[in-house]
Amino acid sequence: MADDYKGPVPVPTPETQDFWDGAKRGELRLQRCDDCSNVIFPARSFCPACACRSVSNFTASGKGKLYSYVINHRPPPGFGPDPHAIAIVELDEGPRMMTNIIDCEQTPEALVLDMPVEVAFTPITDEISLPKFRPVGG
Amino acid sequence: MEPRSVAIVGAAETTELGRIPGLSQIQLHADAALNAMEDCGLSPSDIDGVATAGEAPAAIAHYLGITPTWVDGTAVGGCSFMLHVRHAAAAINEGLCDVALVTHGESGRSRVGRGGFAGAPASLAGQYEAPYGLSGPPSMFTLGVLRYMKETGMTHEQLASVSVVQREWAALNPRSTFKDPITVDDVLNSRMIAYPFRLLQCCLVTDGGGALILVSKERARDFPTKPVYLLGTGESVETPMISQMEDMTTSRAFRVAGSRAFAEAGITHDDVDHVMIYDAFAHLPIYGLEDLGFVGRGEAGAFIEARNTAPGGPLPVNTNGGGLSYMHSGMYGMYALQESVRQMRGTAPAQVPDAKISVCHGVGGMFMASGTIIMTNE
Repeated sequence: MADDYKGPVPVPTPETQDFWDGAKRGELRLQRCDDCSNVIFPARSFCPACACRSVSNFTASGKGKLYSYVINHRPPPGFGPDPHAIAIVELDEGPRMMTNIIDCEQTPEALVLDMPVEVAFTPITDEISLPKFRPVGG
Repeated sequence: MEPRSVAIVGAAETTELGRIPGLSQIQLHADAALNAMEDCGLSPSDIDGVATAGEAPAAIAHYLGITPTWVDGTAVGGCSFMLHVRHAAAAINEGLCDVALVTHGESGRSRVGRGGFAGAPASLAGQYEAPYGLSGPPSMFTLGVLRYMKETGMTHEQLASVSVVQREWAALNPRSTFKDPITVDDVLNSRMIAYPFRLLQCCLVTDGGGALILVSKERARDFPTKPVYLLGTGESVETPMISQMEDMTTSRAFRVAGSRAFAEAGITHDDVDHVMIYDAFAHLPIYGLEDLGFVGRGEAGAFIEARNTAPGGPLPVNTNGGGLSYMHSGMYGMYALQESVRQMRGTAPAQVPDAKISVCHGVGGMFMASGTIIMTNE
């Protein structure tokens, strides 16, 4: 457990419980519309593209690319003294999510847009593991 | 409202009532909304107006997959929804939207996913953005800019030129907070806040206020001030989560609001004499010039660097100095409106000669919402 984590802790809702249960197991869970195949994130019990109420959860590849980021030079309390990247990763399945990039220097030189990344889960409590991403082969 | 001009055609409650611990508060809104759509045979793509209270209209619209041209978040307690219906009737009569959806949902007993403000731990932003070490707008509003730079080739120097040009305007305004000239090098050597944004690319934090009084054009003749007429208006929302924008290099809300306002005004971009674009950060005039259609995709950085928006240039933008140099209290839109009014009255400190049409474009949240007001003095 990352006992030193002092940041905000997500509270799952009924619609997102599957995502966080998956994260705890080390799986990145998304949803797909049973009608139009649209991939949905964050989870909800219908498809925002076609309003179909039948959607299925599935385990995503966990792979994506670095879409954009900033390097925050004024970290909030609980995030240490060093600048850290707040990143947007575009998953191979389509959705984008906010995350941090780990196992990588937090510099513009090391953080190259479109570089391939893969999910790596960081436990912050007994129940919640945050999906973060690291360079593939990095 | 003209009697019988608007009717309620769909109506429904949530599938269950009483205790519903299996649904979060926002899902209760959606459940009721989907049921009402089913009641009258509509889908979210048919809806272009959203009114709600208890949750933000942007949150409801995005959750349901709606791109609104009208929203109303009037929140006055339990009778809010009566007001929404009344406002929706006015909006429909005015052509701001064709199909308005008013939603209510409240997990009052089970209290599941009950937020109230962005970032509550059970909100979607609280689950999927807050844990990643955010320090407010400087670390979030700016998130798409590196992507924009990669896709368009905009340089750090071009982005820095936004701050330089606006400081030139501010120098002409005695009420500006900052008036001393700055260079591109000054901007690029100022303290790093959230790469690629430095201090001089972030807005001020100041105190202030403003107010506007509007009357009918008939009444306007009774006042001693020069009337400034509303020529065109537009609004939209996208998402309260910047990470969920459909494209982080352009604002859908800007495009919808702006095109709506231009169409209503019946003008072309060549007709515009003066522009205000809400500049909480230096990339907002870039996005605004492109999303409003003043320049093409990827052209705004070079356009500003070439002094087209500077004093003496053909398209004066943010002539008060903007949020970067004039002032920024947190909700800056009022100050952009005030400057457009001054320009139309002919009383601005940095007056644009013979200006007849002003476009005033605002943002809400972090690309969450947008409103465009086009004014004229003729």
